[in-house]
Amino acid sequence: MHDFIWIIPLMPLLGAIINGLFGHILKGKAGFIASVAVLISFLYTVRAFFIVMDGTIIHNELFTWIQAGDFTAGAAVLVDQLSIVMMLVVTGVGFLIHVYSNGYMHGDRTVGKFFSYLNLFLFSMLMLVMGDNLLLLYLGWEGVGVCSYLLIGYFYEKESASKAGLKAFLANRVGDFGFAIGIFIIFSTIGTITYAGIEGQVDKLMAAGVVTSAALLLFMGACGKSAQFPLYIWLPDAMEGPTPVSALIHAATMVTAGVYMVARLSFLFVRSDVAMMVIVIIGTFTALFAATMALVNNDIKRVLAYSTISQLGYMFIGVGVGAFAAGVFHLMTHAFFKALLFLGAGAVMHSLADETDIRKMGNLYGKIKITALTFIMAWLAISGIPPFSGFFSKDEILAHAFLYSPLVWVFGAIGAFLTAFYMSRLVFLTFFGESRVEPEVEKHIHENPPVMTIPLMVLAVLSVVGGLIGIPAGLAYLWGGENHFANFLSPVFANAASYSEPHHISHALEYGLMAASILIALGGIYLAYLMYIKKAMDPDAIANRFSGAYKVLSNKYYVDEGVEAGILNPIVRFSQWLWHFVDTRVIDGFVNSAGKIVWLLSLIARRVQTGYVQHYASVMVVGVILILAYYIFR
Amino acid sequence: MGTLSIPLHYFLILAAVLFGLGVIGVITRRNAIVIFMSIELMLNAVNLTFVAFSNYLNNVEGHIFVFMVMVVAAAEVAVGLAIIVAIFRLRETVHVDDIRLLKW
Repeated sequence: MHDFIWIIPLMPLLGAIINGLFGHILKGKAGFIASVAVLISFLYTVRAFFIVMDGTIIHNELFTWIQAGDFTAGAAVLVDQLSIVMMLVVTGVGFLIHVYSNGYMHGDRTVGKFFSYLNLFLFSMLMLVMGDNLLLLYLGWEGVGVCSYLLIGYFYEKESASKAGLKAFLANRVGDFGFAIGIFIIFSTIGTITYAGIEGQVDKLMAAGVVTSAALLLFMGACGKSAQFPLYIWLPDAMEGPTPVSALIHAATMVTAGVYMVARLSFLFVRSDVAMMVIVIIGTFTALFAATMALVNNDIKRVLAYSTISQLGYMFIGVGVGAFAAGVFHLMTHAFFKALLFLGAGAVMHSLADETDIRKMGNLYGKIKITALTFIMAWLAISGIPPFSGFFSKDEILAHAFLYSPLVWVFGAIGAFLTAFYMSRLVFLTFFGESRVEPEVEKHIHENPPVMTIPLMVLAVLSVVGGLIGIPAGLAYLWGGENHFANFLSPVFANAASYSEPHHISHALEYGLMAASILIALGGIYLAYLMYIKKAMDPDAIANRFSGAYKVLSNKYYVDEGVEAGILNPIVRFSQWLWHFVDTRVIDGFVNSAGKIVWLLSLIARRVQTGYVQHYASVMVVGVILILAYYIFR
Repeated sequence: MGTLSIPLHYFLILAAVLFGLGVIGVITRRNAIVIFMSIELMLNAVNLTFVAFSNYLNNVEGHIFVFMVMVVAAAEVAVGLAIIVAIFRLRETVHVDDIRLLKW
């Protein structure tokens, strides 16, 4: 039934193959083909959405993929409420970004390659969210990792870009290592890796006492993929890739795979309080930690990258406190506004001859109005101003966090304040104030073509209204409504919900928290306004006053340096020892001495071969005589 | 078989002596032409054995083989001498110690 579901992942794969093989011939048409492939996927996803809406969960096995002993893995998809939300985001936002890329990558030498990777990424991501077992999830998981690597290093002539790609890949390997072991533990304990199978046998995992370790190892994979502390280090550097890639992979879709995985295995995670607590702690810490680094960064894309890490932290707080629907809701709204922010940043860069330093921008509002306006929508959404989408989703998470522990709420609220501040700083420095654009560049500022601005506008609309589908129950109660989004997802989390304590938040408390977060957001914006528009406070003076803290922040807490000194350099030194001693001396030594011994022996043996034919003839004669003698005298 | 017959082993001993001389010539002499002649000597020793046995056994097959050997030997001489001449032109020597291309 519903065989059409396979078209959804296979269209991008087909697009990737066509563009991969014939991209150099198609040239400009590559983007069109890739976009159409994704559009078809999106339309079928919408069709699937209506089927799921009616309460039918699509489960379709195409064939048995791997069968070895007890181990079975089917190429099977499971499209339920959670998957369909992810699929809509992936194909919908993915389609818009494909369209945008047609404008952004215009004139690139190898567009075919670019769109081939982009399509391949969407195929992998769709397999990740559609698979009905952990192996397909893992396939997609690694597939998106490869595409991420390829696309970060897309401008491979630039050394920093190829290094950033490598860094992303290696940081992800650390997480994936844990992820794979987590899957092994589950399989070796209960002998199945389908979600349904695991859900049915969680008790067995409990009895074996491996739930916590499995959950933590799986979360380790999520830390890598979703850029949580301490494996977040790759994401800021991933901004070396083309901007649409940052928007699609490093903001809207791939980095949310970890959140999806935790939500998908909610029935497993809720059974381990320790694992849930670790998720909340890591999420809270990351949300705050990344936000502080965004405060002082001057690269428009890197500020957004830290912001993404921080927002992912919020999503993990959401799923960690058991509010899975809230986490997924924030995932969705974040996909809208963060994709918009990145595409907007790309549009700004496109207008300013690839300038990324916000100190060299300013007063762009009047010159690139559509870009600026859409960017402002996204800014209000991420800052948490009602009724923009970010307000509802972040508030939902913070409300649940408050019930879990008021301390988490406090940290989350501080993070929200910082978010409002640094995003406002970004917007004010980019679009308002006096122009600091270099005169040569200033002459060529131009609004972008419609192929780029239309996706911006669509995303802006989604950023504004996207939150309305998940208005918190407490607020919707005022007019007798309910949280449609949470209700829609509730069947997926039914099992998990039965294990976590019922969270019933009083309406008064909910309104109080909402008011607090609105005030916090406005406070952050006002502070940025004072500093960067009114100039009532001089940011440089503050930076000088707290020069120590400023230095630590602008050097990103020296984490990269620490990783280099503490992990990379020892590994490099160890590898060099392996190379210079173990490889050249020991291994090559064995091989070379084997050769040398043969050589020495042949020095003796070669004397037999004199080269004089007569010697050979003599030996032959002697041999003949000996043989004859043997036959005669035996 | 005629009445005035020489016993078979006389022929065989002569053939063996000739063959041995040929072998010694091949092994000890350094001049390619002489070696060549020694080889011919060995061939003729064999021919003599064939003819002797043919006569002794009253069987004509031995003769046939002798003709065969002579034909092959003639061909061999033609080719062999040509090679020797070619080598002489190239290296200005037919001394086999100087022609040791089998060893690099």
